[in-house]
Amino acid sequence: MESIKSQQVTFKVFRFNEETDYLPYYNTYVLDVTHEEVVLDILNRIKWDHDGSLSYRRSCRHGICGVCSIKVNGKGILACKSRLFDLVEVFGNEIIIEPLSTKRVVKDLIIDKKDFWDKHASVKPYLVSEIEEHPASEHLVSPHDAEKLLEADYCIQCGACHYSCPALAINEEFIGPAAFAAAYRFSADVRDEASLQRLHTVNEEAQGVWDCVKCMECAEVCPKDVNPIEKITKLHNMVFEAGIAKNNVATRHAVGFAHSIQKHGLLDEGELVRYSEGNIGVMKHIPEAIAMFAKGKIVMPWNMPKSKNLDEVKKLIKSSSTVKF
Amino acid sequence: MEKLKYALYTGCTARESTPELLKSTLAIADKLGIELILLDEASCCGASHLQDYDDFLSLVLNARNICYAEKLGLTMVTICNTCQLNTAMTKHRLDTNPELKAKVNVKLAEVGLEYKGSSEVTHFLYALIQDFGLKNLAAKVEVPLSQFNIAPFYGCHNIRPSELQNLSNGGENPYTPTSLDDLIIACGGVNVHYEEKNKCCGFHAELQSPRTAAILTGNAIAGAMDANADWMVTPCPLCHLKLDVQNHGASKALGRDVKLPVLHMPQMVGLALGCTPAELGLNHHVTKVDFV
Ligand code: SF4
Ligand code: SF4
Ligand code: SF4
Ligand code: FES
Repeated sequence: MESIKSQQVTFKVFRFNEETDYLPYYNTYVLDVTHEEVVLDILNRIKWDHDGSLSYRRSCRHGICGVCSIKVNGKGILACKSRLFDLVEVFGNEIIIEPLSTKRVVKDLIIDKKDFWDKHASVKPYLVSEIEEHPASEHLVSPHDAEKLLEADYCIQCGACHYSCPALAINEEFIGPAAFAAAYRFSADVRDEASLQRLHTVNEEAQGVWDCVKCMECAEVCPKDVNPIEKITKLHNMVFEAGIAKNNVATRHAVGFAHSIQKHGLLDEGELVRYSEGNIGVMKHIPEAIAMFAKGKIVMPWNMPKSKNLDEVKKLIKSSSTVKF
Repeated sequence: MEKLKYALYTGCTARESTPELLKSTLAIADKLGIELILLDEASCCGASHLQDYDDFLSLVLNARNICYAEKLGLTMVTICNTCQLNTAMTKHRLDTNPELKAKVNVKLAEVGLEYKGSSEVTHFLYALIQDFGLKNLAAKVEVPLSQFNIAPFYGCHNIRPSELQNLSNGGENPYTPTSLDDLIIACGGVNVHYEEKNKCCGFHAELQSPRTAAILTGNAIAGAMDANADWMVTPCPLCHLKLDVQNHGASKALGRDVKLPVLHMPQMVGLALGCTPAELGLNHHVTKVDFV
């Protein structure tokens, strides 16, 4: 591959102007691409050599400002950081260039990111701290404490994760991976004093961390390796540690695993649903349970399999548990 | 070829709500001459939820499971994507963080175990492809699935995050995965292309966010139907539960009837190898497998 210095690529570029178009359409360009070119170079070439009306955002050209994020063949990328040759290797010679969200287009590749910024603002993405106006010395954070941020502060707010998150695409209240990463970043900061408030925000039903489907899309797409889902897990932990976990279906679902493993080593699937939903909530699963029972998919309590050496598991749960519910 | 031998971590689902998965796994291993030693000592992986409650406990329990594969000196194979993710994630965290590993080992020592990091962890799908080999598999096919359009459904936890998964899945790209497509072709079937094949089924938010979960399940089945699939195949029993059992809820949420038979990966391979429907547990499906 390295010996190939240029190759022909077909670009299909999403076009839409809120003010004049009913429907979006795609313009096709066939261009020779060199091995050092990134997607932003191509957008510039299209704009400068073919169609000056093509609109897209760019500023730093160094993967720092986060405005050039778009989708290529469905994958969120920074246009200024992604080499064409790498993309062609994955997607082939037809490259489809689209905005991060086709629902939010203002013009061509430019979207209205208001929902992103609103969600971001909702988690207080800044340090909240009473500080002296004229401190005598610097407020130092030890390397050990800085490590706890898990590089969540690398986020450049490009929105690639936000507009790749399937939970958010369906449930508009969901705060979303980037804002969760920010919530973690400031709540994990030893100088911060608003952590409890933030944890309450991310603990709410529908908008909070509980509605994440754990698809790992955010970890995959992030161009800065922020790994938002890792921070979401941390927020779950912090909610339990802070003792503010509500007694609801979501929290019981997490805790139920510990109960079940304690008893059987394995998960008692039926009991997990009953415990999570409660005796009334569980009723709505009855039709499903009957259908499953008829096909031999439900193990009766007296037949529940158990791990061999279960006493080891019990002992470890006793000695290694770090939280209480 | 040297006889392949693995330690099988069944996970809970294959012992409870998807008994057909364990049955068909053992059936095809037998046909292919692969030896599987069941890790009966293993406990639940926590299915990505226990770690939300107690991360350290989840690490200790998952490390204990791996210890039993290490004792046998075997690679651990999983048959559930989420088991794979949790186990591989545990392994990776312990192997790259000596301090954490030492902390976990203090606990494990209480029950006479030690996590060393000597066993690999891989999903059975990738063991079949990389160790057994697609060519060898194709050579064993007795009943090619040539009359079927088959929609592969990959399941998130085998392909993402790729940085972790690529340690054991042969470098599969999560945006353009090919393993399951290749397996369909090796079985003589026609692989169907559709957008949702590498998307999420919603399983993990099913109780707390039922609408989201139902729509994701519905989108997946609808995508496969619109691409003219006769049935779907998945390596993940949790995806299977969503797609096979919950299409009513999905149809309701979507406002459109969605329904397709869904096979577990080893059931598909088993059909091609000439196993009987009974050997593959096809009677355990809620959405009837009506084509055999
Ligand atoms: S893991 Fe959760 S937050 Fe991340 S993209 Fe998936 S649903 Fe969204
Ligand atoms: S977490 Fe990553 S993908 Fe998400 S907004 Fe920040 S930099 Fe972009
Ligand atoms: S598709 Fe669903 S059940 Fe399968 S791995 Fe993804 S989230 Fe888990
Ligand atoms: S132009 Fe600034 S990140 Fe790409």
